[in-house]
Amino acid sequence: MEGTKAPLDIVAAPKARAWRVGTDLCSVEAVAESVDRFGQRYLRRVYTEDELQYCLDAPGRTAERLAARFAAKEATIKVLRPRDNWPDWRMIEIRKDPGGWCQVVLTGTAAQMAADAGIVVVDVSMSHDGAMASAVVLAHAASD
Amino acid sequence: MTEQIRKIVAEYGRLSVDMARLSDDDDLYRAGMSSHASVNLMLALEDAFDLEFPERYLRRGTFESISAIREAIQTLTGDVSQTS
Repeated sequence: MEGTKAPLDIVAAPKARAWRVGTDLCSVEAVAESVDRFGQRYLRRVYTEDELQYCLDAPGRTAERLAARFAAKEATIKVLRPRDNWPDWRMIEIRKDPGGWCQVVLTGTAAQMAADAGIVVVDVSMSHDGAMASAVVLAHAASD
Repeated sequence: MTEQIRKIVAEYGRLSVDMARLSDDDDLYRAGMSSHASVNLMLALEDAFDLEFPERYLRRGTFESISAIREAIQTLTGDVSQTS
């Protein structure tokens, strides 16, 4: 009965872990408007001290950097899949590595949600071009 | 209170539909409000009603409709007398 045999063992293999992907777009202009309208209140409610230090360090690119980080935070939310309580935006930190790449650091409620679901955030990639910033977050989950 | 909330949502919610067509119970996220717009909406509501949303209110449900926003503000301010 060669014809009925599954071509690979992939079909029958147990799914021990599952991948999760989150992605998001954020308007650079919308972020710039928020900074103009709400100033420090907006910045301090959404971004961590480390994020602000990096983003405000380049005045000409602040809005782009903030927008990319907001997109990464939202992409991380999509990976965490909260049902009721949502983590504070500052509990999802996008930390710049001296090597140039970034990583997601979860704290507080966000870290607890990830731990409860067995989620390990593997990587984040961000980009911005003109009016828009984007981010993709990749994670492993214990199961779906 | 409701009219003031509707005016703020129209200004900061970046909805993709006309605010006048939405009922108090319609889902604002389905009407086009992004997560980032909800942050602006929260800050504008704090300004207008002189309050601060504590962390436990920072969830999707708090800002998902006019009526949900009104309920949250009434709870935070202790004002349950104004429903319109």
